[in-house]
Amino acid sequence: MMTSEAAAVGDPLEVGNFMLSNGLEVVVIPDHRAPIVTHMVWYKVGNADEPAGKSGIAHFLEHLMFKGTKKHPAGELAAKVAEIGGEENAFTYRDYTAYLQTVTPEALGTMMEFEADRMRNLVLTDAVVETERDVILEERRSGIENQSEQLLDEEVQATLYQNHPYRIPVIGWMHEMEQLNCGDALSFYDRFYAPNNAILVVAGDVDTATVWRLAENTYGAVPRGPDLPPRVRPQEPEQNTKRTVTLTDPRVTMPSFQKSWVTPSYGTAEPGEAEALELLSEILGGGTRSRIYQDLVVKQGIADAGSAYFDGTMLDPSSFTIYGSPRGGAKIEAVETAIDAEIQKIIEDGITDVELEKAKNRFLRSVIFACDSQAGMARMYGAALATGGTAYDVQERPLRVRMVTAAQVQAVARKYLDPERSVTGYLLPRQTVTSGEKSR
Amino acid sequence: MTIFNRLPVGAAKPLLVVLVLMGLSATPARAAKAIQEVTTSTGITAWLVEDYSLPIVSIRFAFRGGSTQDPSGKEGIVNLMTSLLDEGAGELDSEAFQERLDDAGAATRFWAGSDAVYGSMRVLADQKDDAFDLLRRAIEQPRFDQEPLDRIRGQIGSGIRSQAKDPETAAEVAWSKAIYGDHPYSRPYEGTEQTLAAVTTSDLRTLHKRLFARGNLSIAVAGAINADTLKRDLDRIFGGLPAEPSLVPIPEAEPKLGQEILTPFYLAQTRLSLTYPGLSHKDAHFFAAYLMNNILGGSVSTSRLWNAVREKRGLAYDIHSILDNRDYASTLVIGTGTRPDRAAEVLSLIRGEVRRMTDEGVSEKELEAAKKEAIGSYAIASLNSLSAITHTLLEIQMEDLGIDYIERRKQLIQAVTVDDVRSAARRLLSTDPAVLILGAPLEERRG
Repeated sequence: MMTSEAAAVGDPLEVGNFMLSNGLEVVVIPDHRAPIVTHMVWYKVGNADEPAGKSGIAHFLEHLMFKGTKKHPAGELAAKVAEIGGEENAFTYRDYTAYLQTVTPEALGTMMEFEADRMRNLVLTDAVVETERDVILEERRSGIENQSEQLLDEEVQATLYQNHPYRIPVIGWMHEMEQLNCGDALSFYDRFYAPNNAILVVAGDVDTATVWRLAENTYGAVPRGPDLPPRVRPQEPEQNTKRTVTLTDPRVTMPSFQKSWVTPSYGTAEPGEAEALELLSEILGGGTRSRIYQDLVVKQGIADAGSAYFDGTMLDPSSFTIYGSPRGGAKIEAVETAIDAEIQKIIEDGITDVELEKAKNRFLRSVIFACDSQAGMARMYGAALATGGTAYDVQERPLRVRMVTAAQVQAVARKYLDPERSVTGYLLPRQTVTSGEKSR
Repeated sequence: MTIFNRLPVGAAKPLLVVLVLMGLSATPARAAKAIQEVTTSTGITAWLVEDYSLPIVSIRFAFRGGSTQDPSGKEGIVNLMTSLLDEGAGELDSEAFQERLDDAGAATRFWAGSDAVYGSMRVLADQKDDAFDLLRRAIEQPRFDQEPLDRIRGQIGSGIRSQAKDPETAAEVAWSKAIYGDHPYSRPYEGTEQTLAAVTTSDLRTLHKRLFARGNLSIAVAGAINADTLKRDLDRIFGGLPAEPSLVPIPEAEPKLGQEILTPFYLAQTRLSLTYPGLSHKDAHFFAAYLMNNILGGSVSTSRLWNAVREKRGLAYDIHSILDNRDYASTLVIGTGTRPDRAAEVLSLIRGEVRRMTDEGVSEKELEAAKKEAIGSYAIASLNSLSAITHTLLEIQMEDLGIDYIERRKQLIQAVTVDDVRSAARRLLSTDPAVLILGAPLEERRG
């Protein structure tokens, strides 16, 4: 079991990891099963690195990176990828921005050429920037404004983090997005887009020597940028309150709630703590075998759904969240009280060894299943490296999860899931009363 | 150009579904890509791709006859029955069954579509016997005990209630009713709280016997398993089922187009969708229509609609066009979302691109690019992981396209001419579409 878990996330002898002289770190994950390759460039900059008042600029720049260079005008990369039948995309998160293409191995060099070119040579005009700004405003309307759960979550994050920029939505606040301009985008680009602030991840039907050669010929020619200062963001003060955020919305019929706590991430945790939080979320609310599902949904029958979520791959403190919604005539307060009681039980009595073992098996199995995805593997390494981790950390993680004890899981529950410093978000129906219509 | 807010969410450009296994051994497994047709002694047939790179076996199967088989007054029963398959079977009650399934390390899923009931299981190869034994029970001997029945019925009911005031659900319901009239496609697959309340354990047993048989079963398998072992396993899992199902015949649907469906809500973004006729996968002109659709709006980042609406004017984040093929209806649907004050303009831009397509067709250059993309993307997106392989092989079987389809598909695409594309465009896009508007009434009508 141990062998296949460790091997599944990449054989340390097989995964290539080196740095070009201009500071670009490279990870190569050979996978010779099929003639395809996933090429990703990760920049160590996300929305938590944005200047004050410019929320959304990291994501806006991600869009603008498709607007072309002097050598390769807009649309040329898309056409090239389409010709191969490949796929391309990009995404922005709190600590990173990444660009990827999945293509045939013969096209890898061409993709590197395009990506290296737009690392420094992006050309933007006011007209292009203004049109694309309308696109991101539409993106916000469809992804956030039109979705009540997303609107609530945005407010919960802004309340959970009192000082850290994780409180700002990745897509940006509407009123600030509307003001973003060409100058903002270029100054962000000039500051953060350089080989010494990037990671190249290549997974697929290619070997390390070939990637090295192709990378030297393309990225190698891009000059190193000025050294960037350490990524020090404003940190959270001591949190001592229990806060609530309530959204009533006419689109909502069934109430639901979520409760979040600031916790360490893999980037900030004491050894073993993030792994223990990972298992705690599995045991508390990781699926139909979890405590919340078994007790609230099956045995008590007061909830329709209940789950827990923890994402440890962050540079600064992450968060732990539980979700719940009542069943039939049950009150939302009853579900919340019952979930609080489940947490209290773990804090006071801990978990059983059998429970722990099963949770580990489930977690580790999901790691093996996740290896079914080449792009997923590339993402796992890219996200870890962009948040202060190493390739070795990725390979070691299954073993470190294996080593977590029941006492450690109890300890992180006690230390971090304190109801007196949590944020609860309620999504509630709104009774609409208009003239000529009676409220029920 | 996806944004991750809290959870990574896919958007206009779907996240990659290209899945490939990490090599565990130094031996490349590429040679083992051939599709084998495996037939057991009881006459069960499956398509298999052997691959030993990861210790995983992946199986995906379907029983033809989905929620269209719901009897009138018991709408939602097929979906409910499907959701109960892993909630107790044979001598194991729900709790015991779920615990054994967890111990066996299997990721299992059952779901109902309108035309078929689907199942999939992914399991570590050394635990497959335990997992397959549980799969057999779930398929052959589901119990439909009262506790899980009430619980799952309650969950589905809450799902229905929670969507009761959701504008997108309202639009979908209005659209299905308007387009499909009395056809079963007009009914919500999950039923209503009323129809679900009418379902009894005995209804579920009867339905299960009617739907699950060897005669309407298609299976695709990929991973660390050989043909002989698979034959034995298939007989164990499915061998006890009756030979033939007892399905109610479903008439061909005739989507009613040429109408406007307005779902008025004051939303930040207005959603528009235009439904045109489609055509069957087996139609001689399918690939002409397929390539035409890709050029019009199917190909993200390069399509005409993408360029006209998003790239040039910034009027949408997502704009797409898809060919939707169901057993009893085929449609071509264009969809987008835009700010309310520009919705009328977007609608007219879309109509303009549609007209250009029927009037002028496509250029040789556009067609050549679309062909390359269509051929290349199949290898890159549809056949490169156990999950993708079982998904693709099952679809080919469900569409009855033949085991040589993957090879034949290339030739069918190559053979399409610009004239073929233009006739396909005229055939599908000359019809006045059904136009759905979710949001405020279009601006121009106010003035």
